[in-house]
Amino acid sequence: MSAVTASRRVGPLDTARHTMTLAWRGLVQIKHNPMELLDLSVQPIMFVLLFTYVFGGAIAGSPGEFLQWALPGIIVQNALFATLATAVGLNVDVEKGVFDRLRSLPIARTAPLTGRVLADLAKQVWSLALVLAIGLALGFRIQTGIGGVLASAALLIVVALAMSWMSVLIGLAASSVEKVQIFAFSLMLPLTFTSSAFVDIRTMPGPLATWAEVNPVTYLSDAIRGLLLGGPVAAPATRALLWSAAIAVVCAPLAVRAFRRRA
Amino acid sequence: MSYAIQAEGLVKRFKETTALGGVDLSARPGTVLGLLGPNGAGKTTAVRILVTLLRPDAGRAEVGGYDVVRQAHQARAMIGLTGQYAAVDETLTGAENLVMIGRLLGLSRPDARARARELLARFGLADAAERAAKTYSGGMRRRLDLAASLVGRPRVLFLDEPTTGLDPHSRNALWDIVRELVAEDVTVLLTTQYLDEADRLADDIAVVDHGRVIATGTPAELKTRTGGLVLEVRPAEPERLDLVLDVMREVIGARPELDGGLAVAGVNDPAVVPAIVRRLDDLGVVAAELSLRRSSLDEVFLALTGRRAAGAETEPEEPEETELEGAGV
Repeated sequence: MSAVTASRRVGPLDTARHTMTLAWRGLVQIKHNPMELLDLSVQPIMFVLLFTYVFGGAIAGSPGEFLQWALPGIIVQNALFATLATAVGLNVDVEKGVFDRLRSLPIARTAPLTGRVLADLAKQVWSLALVLAIGLALGFRIQTGIGGVLASAALLIVVALAMSWMSVLIGLAASSVEKVQIFAFSLMLPLTFTSSAFVDIRTMPGPLATWAEVNPVTYLSDAIRGLLLGGPVAAPATRALLWSAAIAVVCAPLAVRAFRRRA
Repeated sequence: MSYAIQAEGLVKRFKETTALGGVDLSARPGTVLGLLGPNGAGKTTAVRILVTLLRPDAGRAEVGGYDVVRQAHQARAMIGLTGQYAAVDETLTGAENLVMIGRLLGLSRPDARARARELLARFGLADAAERAAKTYSGGMRRRLDLAASLVGRPRVLFLDEPTTGLDPHSRNALWDIVRELVAEDVTVLLTTQYLDEADRLADDIAVVDHGRVIATGTPAELKTRTGGLVLEVRPAEPERLDLVLDVMREVIGARPELDGGLAVAGVNDPAVVPAIVRRLDDLGVVAAELSLRRSSLDEVFLALTGRRAAGAETEPEEPEETELEGAGV
């Protein structure tokens, strides 16, 4: 007889188990290919070094002063770019037929998505720790404490979760990995640069400054800056979360629709 | 009699194109149903509906006794799917790919490992078990893919062009595996563009063209239905081919086809052969080659559709599949 019993639907416990198995799938490759972990790390390391030593002196007078101001912004940019790994991974799954195989199994419908998002969040935490560690090694000093660090991580994870809906949408809708990357680059780069992540937005020309003021990346950068260096947290954090909620509200139904259409 | 696969009036449209225009299919348990047709005929669309990946716009289908739309979850527990391209995670090892499926199907960790070992051994992948799938050859990937679809011991197995792009040795190995599975009472639905593949493996064949089933039957029935016999004549002097064509048309009553220097015609009555030989002899035409044989499925397909079948022209694939072109293998 079939090894699988034909139950009517998937219970919450099984759903969790399927999600964990597929998250394991996303992480176990690191075991064989530690280079993968390095791949995850190259970009954050490069960003910290480039920003600090190339722009630091020109923008803030010295690399050290710039790092102290900009590391929270680098952390934010790094986290936002990292959410796009979900889009790339999903797109590869769809293209290779792995997605079809998973969906032809008697498992929770959402598990192929949630499993991947969970694995990518774990990688997200790793890359956050890495950027912070490099920053500390180069002279960044946390002014608050461990509570501030943990709260930063929590805020970034919540925002990253909301952003993964957008990533899922891109991953399912794009016709190739190259398109995912092009889209990601041409959306994320301007979005993160037209914010307070790296510079004081008061130096920007009028209309740009107006946009930068309401850019979600500005709110998120300000909140992380407050959490690590001291300063206002509640207002920018609330706004960052509102933005995230808005992105999730728009992207989640579209992502679900794209998911169904693949069905 | 109950069927392992039963579909009635399946319709699927993609924007302007009608991929399936009302398809009926049925397969008895423990048999191989061959879905035969050129690229773009609708074979893949039919399979995707039967494995619950696509909802039909009209019609209904049951697999293993479960409705593929209303009881999709139960139907999934009965099926295994091997698509056109090896759907394995290339970053995982062969063993991990299978363990992952086993775990998803609810096997305990030791059971999933044992099942993976068993399948890897059966498919000649034991030595490669701990290597990442991206190091596998095309044939190995296909075998791993097939192994992955068997982890849950499916009762109904769907193979969508399983041998496309495989070398003859790997293809024969895959055919043997299909025969073993059928001996274990698994029902197999196999799509193929290769007539000899359907001829060798299938108990029943449904010929699909432009989203419709245009003929069904056993391979023998199909061959008999369209003429049954094929007469081929090649004159020793190529310039007398026209004369041969005339004679054949006169005696058989239908126009022969030209295949290189060969005049080819379907015949129902073997008695036409001596008549043709006599006429040619009277005209002083010497045949360098003259043969009467049972028609192959190729000719059946030609007779049914007016076109040659396998591989000749590549027609557009089903819309949702185009982007997969060239992936895998």
